[in-house]
Amino acid sequence: MVRLFKRSAEKQYRGMTRWGRFLRNLTMILPVIVLSLLIFTAIFADLLTPYPYDLTSLPERRMPPAWVEGGSTRHLLGTDTLGRDILSRAIYGARVSLSVSLLAIAITAVVGTILGIFSGYMGGRTDAFVMRVVDVALSFPPLLLAILIAVSLGPGFFTVVFALSALGWAGYARIIRGESLRVRNSDFVAQAVINGVPPWRIMLRHIFPNILNVLIIGITLNVGTFILAESAMSYLGIGIPPPMPSWGSMVADGRNDLDRAWWISTFPGILIGMVVMSGNFLGDWLRDKLDPRLRQL
Amino acid sequence: MTRFIIIRLLQTIIALFGIIVIVFFLVRISGNPVMFMVSPLSTESELKVLQQQLGLDKSYAEQFWIYLTNLAQGDLGESFVKRIPVTEMLATALPNTLKLGIPSFIIGTVIAMMLGVLGATRRDSFFDNGVKFLAILGQALPGFWLAIMAVLVFSVHLELLPTQGMATPAHYVLPVGTMIFFMLPGMMRLVRSTMLDVLDSEYIKLARIKGLPERVVIWKHALRNALIAPMTVAGLMLAGIVSGAVITENIFNWPGMGRLAVESAFGRDFPVVQAISIIAAAMVLGMNFLVDIAYAYVDPQIRYQRT
Repeated sequence: MVRLFKRSAEKQYRGMTRWGRFLRNLTMILPVIVLSLLIFTAIFADLLTPYPYDLTSLPERRMPPAWVEGGSTRHLLGTDTLGRDILSRAIYGARVSLSVSLLAIAITAVVGTILGIFSGYMGGRTDAFVMRVVDVALSFPPLLLAILIAVSLGPGFFTVVFALSALGWAGYARIIRGESLRVRNSDFVAQAVINGVPPWRIMLRHIFPNILNVLIIGITLNVGTFILAESAMSYLGIGIPPPMPSWGSMVADGRNDLDRAWWISTFPGILIGMVVMSGNFLGDWLRDKLDPRLRQL
Repeated sequence: MTRFIIIRLLQTIIALFGIIVIVFFLVRISGNPVMFMVSPLSTESELKVLQQQLGLDKSYAEQFWIYLTNLAQGDLGESFVKRIPVTEMLATALPNTLKLGIPSFIIGTVIAMMLGVLGATRRDSFFDNGVKFLAILGQALPGFWLAIMAVLVFSVHLELLPTQGMATPAHYVLPVGTMIFFMLPGMMRLVRSTMLDVLDSEYIKLARIKGLPERVVIWKHALRNALIAPMTVAGLMLAGIVSGAVITENIFNWPGMGRLAVESAFGRDFPVVQAISIIAAAMVLGMNFLVDIAYAYVDPQIRYQRT
């Protein structure tokens, strides 16, 4: 049947059982569980892992996961080309992926928010200048820049963080600037200006709280982006240097052993997918709750 | 309108200049390429001669000026490693990237459009949920991992498809598939959501009320109006093919721009890295410029907004 009129929001919720409402919030509950587990394992990696991440054992190399023929319960997810336990490496990999991404997100969010509010509130030439810089940053091919930075600074933890942050702030700056422009024109800001509140205080006390929702949504949706970017860098060999495991480099490790040991590449990829999906779901859920007018899908 | 175009053009040129500066100095922090090119036994004077040949003995400011003047004449310099003009290397690499990128782009856009429209018209149906699921999956799983899994299934187990090089049409299947998977989810979501917006509008109701067949309503009236935003994204995607192909080309050993970029970055082949980065960025900037002009042409508000 052809539907002529839009279904109203109340209609969607009417007649919904408690179970239905629970299912509706499943997109929040499951991601929170996955992400909490991830943070937990990342923090207590030393206690949780059965083996150190760099313990090689050549007689046990390329052992399949426990449930496949030839596998053993000593290595639940099998071992890689050098006989290292994949489960242990995946747990330590969570630590690497998470710390790199969270640090990069913190940096980009802070820089982007400050620039965005400043640019949006000041307007005029300041705004034009900052937005041109944002344009440059957004038109730069991100992966190429990451490669350049990694080659320039040499591999390492802070190189990866820097490479991820170098362009990431621009997206925040653009969104936050738009929001600040909107807030700046409201009456309470005019009132504050009339009362002689200094600009920095207006930005901090009047504009910042009003863009916080957008910022929180942006940060949550960015978790996945940064984890994917970090894994892509590690995959290309410009991430955290070995033997420290990262999910991306673990996928790359198994590349040449696909015909003999499918499990080396498979599991880290599934983990990346799960975490990124959790971040995206949580971000979408937050967006629905905090700011329905941004909803897209 | 002319005023708007001139201002936007100037802004684009300034942005491009900024990118040239950043790339130029960034590659030069990465260390002296001469050290990577000579044997450990060569003498100090040999190093000096080589540096002179490559023009690396001059000051950075001088090098930059030379580079800029050459660039203005379309000369991208000479590869440090292979000692042939960069333009020649690009002339072989760029067509390969396009051979990979253009088919992926066309197939990807068509599929995204079909799935997006069908998802929107059958909202909340089984099919629509499938489309949503595919989009969510596509945005979450890393492309390089999916490519490797595809190799595992189609090449290692089924032994159907080759994985390295670009000799036969069969060689195209996996790389093109990977590229499509990179661009599909975002496009699909966008088409679906704009279609949903358009399908709610008054003129669609009118078209239905006056008795047009549903096929015409959707594919002619609705789709045309829903295409503006997706077309913009498609344009930017097309411009981003070079950087988008980096991972795919590295997985499948595809002799294009992306692989060349990674190789030259690791080998400190400055002129090649600079050229590829600048071209990639220029394509995106140029496309942004065209999109802005197109929008301004359509919408007078934008024309007068920021000047």
